[in-house]
Amino acid sequence: MTTFYIIAGVVLLLLMVPAVVRIVKGPTAIDRTVGVNVIGTKTAVLLVIIGMIFKRVDMFVDFALAYGLLNFIGSIAAARYLHRSKEAPVDDRKRNVKESIHGASGEEARG
Amino acid sequence: MSFVFTIIGAILVILGLVFFIGAAFGLLRFPDFYTRMHAAGKGDTLCSLLIVLGVAVGLLAEVDWTHFDWHHTVPQLLVPLKLLAICVFIMVSSPASTHALMDAGFDDGIEPVTAEGGNALADDGFHAAAGDPEPYQEGSKIP
Repeated sequence: MTTFYIIAGVVLLLLMVPAVVRIVKGPTAIDRTVGVNVIGTKTAVLLVIIGMIFKRVDMFVDFALAYGLLNFIGSIAAARYLHRSKEAPVDDRKRNVKESIHGASGEEARG
Repeated sequence: MSFVFTIIGAILVILGLVFFIGAAFGLLRFPDFYTRMHAAGKGDTLCSLLIVLGVAVGLLAEVDWTHFDWHHTVPQLLVPLKLLAICVFIMVSSPASTHALMDAGFDDGIEPVTAEGGNALADDGFHAAAGDPEPYQEGSKIP
């Protein structure tokens, strides 16, 4: 069963490479943040698998829980930092997106 | 009896890895911020849930079920319960962080890819680029 968990951990580690590529070449900062969020969640899972390999899951489970908590706090902080809703043009852009999705309605239909 | 738990746990872990393949390549290859966020949010959450749950079920195989003793069997269930706590935490926190990041990106004015081929935010002159195609007219062909 240890071999199975070693293979699962290596596959999980290899599948983190596309997220790293997205972090490196992501066009916007939030794309990079998404990649970091995915890698952080997967690291918490990988800690549990490492605990199964070393047969010390009772210790590594606490590490994984703390890591997941820190990852959540970090991604929420990054989202708040990158949030720019106070600027003036944003509302217009938001309305344009909503019109392009739902069709022109609302204020223009009333007015 | 214990090999049933082992097999079910292994199946759950493999299923989680399959879902993570979809999440990783969706994150790599989708054309748009919002579609990438879709792949990352859903695939990541489900993959983490399945793998942690598979490890928890696999740990149940090591519990001695034959001689049930309140002082020896029940403490062995502590680690699977902690893994279930990780499951619940991931199930709450991952969609919440995905939603917060999506909201931040939407308020930043990141353009979604539309069927017209242009970007939906170009109308205000804020993002209009020279190479943008004509906006969609009634009766024109959607590529």
